[in-house]
Amino acid sequence: MTEVVLEVENLHVRYGGIEAVKGISLAVGEGEIVTLIGGNGAGKTTTLKTISGVKRPESGQIRFRGQPIQSKAAHEIVALGVCQVPEGRKIFPRMTVYENLEMGAYGRRDGAGFDEDFERVFALFPVLKERSEQPGGTLSGGEQQMLAIGRGLMSRPRLLMLDEPSLGLAPLLVERIYELLREIHRQGTTILLVEQNAHMALNLADRGYVLESGTIALEDRADALLGNDAVRRAYLGEE
Amino acid sequence: MRCANGLIDQFWAQTRNGITLGAIYAMIAIGYTMVYGVLQLINFAHSEVFMVATVVSLYAFRDWYGVTEPLTGGTLLLVLLITLIPAMIASGLTAVAIERLAYRPLRRRRAPRLSFLISAIGASLSIQYLFNLMDGNHSLLFIPLPNVLGAAPQEIPDVVSSKPLFSIFGTPWNGQQLLVIAVAVLMMIILDLLVRRTKLGRGIRAVAQDPETASLMGVSIDRIIVVTFLIGGAMAGAAGVLYSVRFHFTQWNIGFLPGIKAFTAAVLGGIGNIRGAMLGGLLLGMVEAYGVACTAPQWADVISFGVLVAVLMFRPTGILGERGVA
Repeated sequence: MTEVVLEVENLHVRYGGIEAVKGISLAVGEGEIVTLIGGNGAGKTTTLKTISGVKRPESGQIRFRGQPIQSKAAHEIVALGVCQVPEGRKIFPRMTVYENLEMGAYGRRDGAGFDEDFERVFALFPVLKERSEQPGGTLSGGEQQMLAIGRGLMSRPRLLMLDEPSLGLAPLLVERIYELLREIHRQGTTILLVEQNAHMALNLADRGYVLESGTIALEDRADALLGNDAVRRAYLGEE
Repeated sequence: MRCANGLIDQFWAQTRNGITLGAIYAMIAIGYTMVYGVLQLINFAHSEVFMVATVVSLYAFRDWYGVTEPLTGGTLLLVLLITLIPAMIASGLTAVAIERLAYRPLRRRRAPRLSFLISAIGASLSIQYLFNLMDGNHSLLFIPLPNVLGAAPQEIPDVVSSKPLFSIFGTPWNGQQLLVIAVAVLMMIILDLLVRRTKLGRGIRAVAQDPETASLMGVSIDRIIVVTFLIGGAMAGAAGVLYSVRFHFTQWNIGFLPGIKAFTAAVLGGIGNIRGAMLGGLLLGMVEAYGVACTAPQWADVISFGVLVAVLMFRPTGILGERGVA
C-alpha cells in the first residue's frame, strides 16, 4: 500500500441501545479503491456516516491524512476533502440539477476551479448538462445517482465515499455507474465503496473488507475475496 | 343584507386597509415560515421579536430624532432609514438570542417536539413581562431594571402625514399606507432574491430540504439556523417599524395579536413556504378587512382565527403547500 489516506482504528458506534459497529479497523491508501461489503445491518452505512461526521463514535480513532477527525463536524470534514455520496442519493428535490451541483461545492473557498469542475462533471455525465435547469426530483433513478456522484465530485474530494450506488438501479445502469466510477478513479480520486452488490464492488476494487454484524470478518485483495468460498456462498449467491 | 351593503360601500377602502395590514402580516409571517422550514418548529416568541422593533421605533422617533410633526422628503427617508436599521438589528439579535437560550439547549439534547413549544411560550411571556416591568420601579435579582417601556401604552409620534395624497375609486390613500406597502414589497423582493439566488439562500433551502445531506455538502447547520433566525427577525423588525408608522403606539403585549395573525398567514400560505407566507399575509389582511366591511370592526379577530381553524380543518398544507421553500 502507498501512503495511507484514511485510517480507522477500533471504531465503536452506538445507535441508541444497539452497538452497530463493534471495533472496526480499516485503512485506505492513496489512489486505491477499497470496498466494504456485507449484508443488511452489518454496519457498513454506520461506518461511513461516522467517518463523514454525521454520526459520533463511542470510541476509536479516525484519521484522515494523519489528522484525527472523529470529533469534527460533518461540514469541517468535507472541507478537508472527504466526501460521502449518501445512500438513496438524497438529491435536493426542489433544487435544479445545476443548484444541486453548486451545493456540492458549498464548502469550497476557491472560486477558480469552479467552472473547471462543472466542465469535468458535465463531461462525465452529459445528461446532467441537458437537464441542468430541471428540478432534481424529476430525474430518473439512474440520473439521480449520477447527479449524486457529480455533486460529490464538485467538492473536489481527495477521498470519495459512496454508499450503495447500485441500489434500486436496473443492471444495465449499474454497469454504467461502475464504468463511471472506474473513470473517476482513473482521473485520480481515491474511493471507499460500500455495497451489497458484492460482485460489482469486488470486480472494481483493489481490496475489500467483509463486514458481519459490526465487525470485520475478512479482509483481503478483491480478487482473492472473489475466489473465497465463504464469500462466494454468503455474498455472491453461489453454491 | 347589511353584509352586502357594507361590502359595496367600503370595498375600495377595505381593499386599501387589507393590503396595508396584509403587507405587515406577510413580513412577520416570513420569520415563522423560515424557522419552520429549517427546524420544523413554530417560534411563538416571534411576536416579541416584532414588539422589540416597535419599542426601537418609539425611541427613534420620539427621543433620538425628536419628531414632533410629520416629516417629508429627504428628512423623512433619512429618519426612516436610520430607524429601520437599528430596529432590524435589534429584532434580528432578539431572535438569535431566543434561539440560543430557548431552543439550542433543547436541540443539543434532542428534546421532544412539545418541549420546544413550551419553551417558545415561556420565552414569549418572559420577554413580554420583562418589558412590562421595565418602568424604572422594578428590580430583577436586586438589579434595578431601566425605564424602557412599562405597563402603559406609549404614543409614537407621527412621522408620516395622514393627510390624503390621492384617491383611487373615491378612496383616499395617505403616505403611511403607501410607505407600508412600498417598504414591505421592497423587503420581500430582496428576501426572495437572497433565498433563491445566493449561496446563503441555497444553504438555507438545502437545510430545509434535507439537513443531513446538507451537512455532507459542507453546510454548517448551526450557522444556517442562526442566519435564519437573524433574517426572519430582521423582517419582523422592519414590520415593527411599519406598524409604528401606521398605528402610532406600542405596548409590552403589542406583538401578541399581529404575531398570531402572522402565524395564521404562514399556515394559510403553507408553513415552510416563503412565497406562501407573503401570499398568506396579504390574503389574511384582505379577508380580515372585507370581513370587517361585512360585519363590524370588533369581528376582525374572530374572522382571522376563523380562517386559521378553517385552513387547519380543510387544507392543513395551506395554499402553496408545506415546505416548498425552493
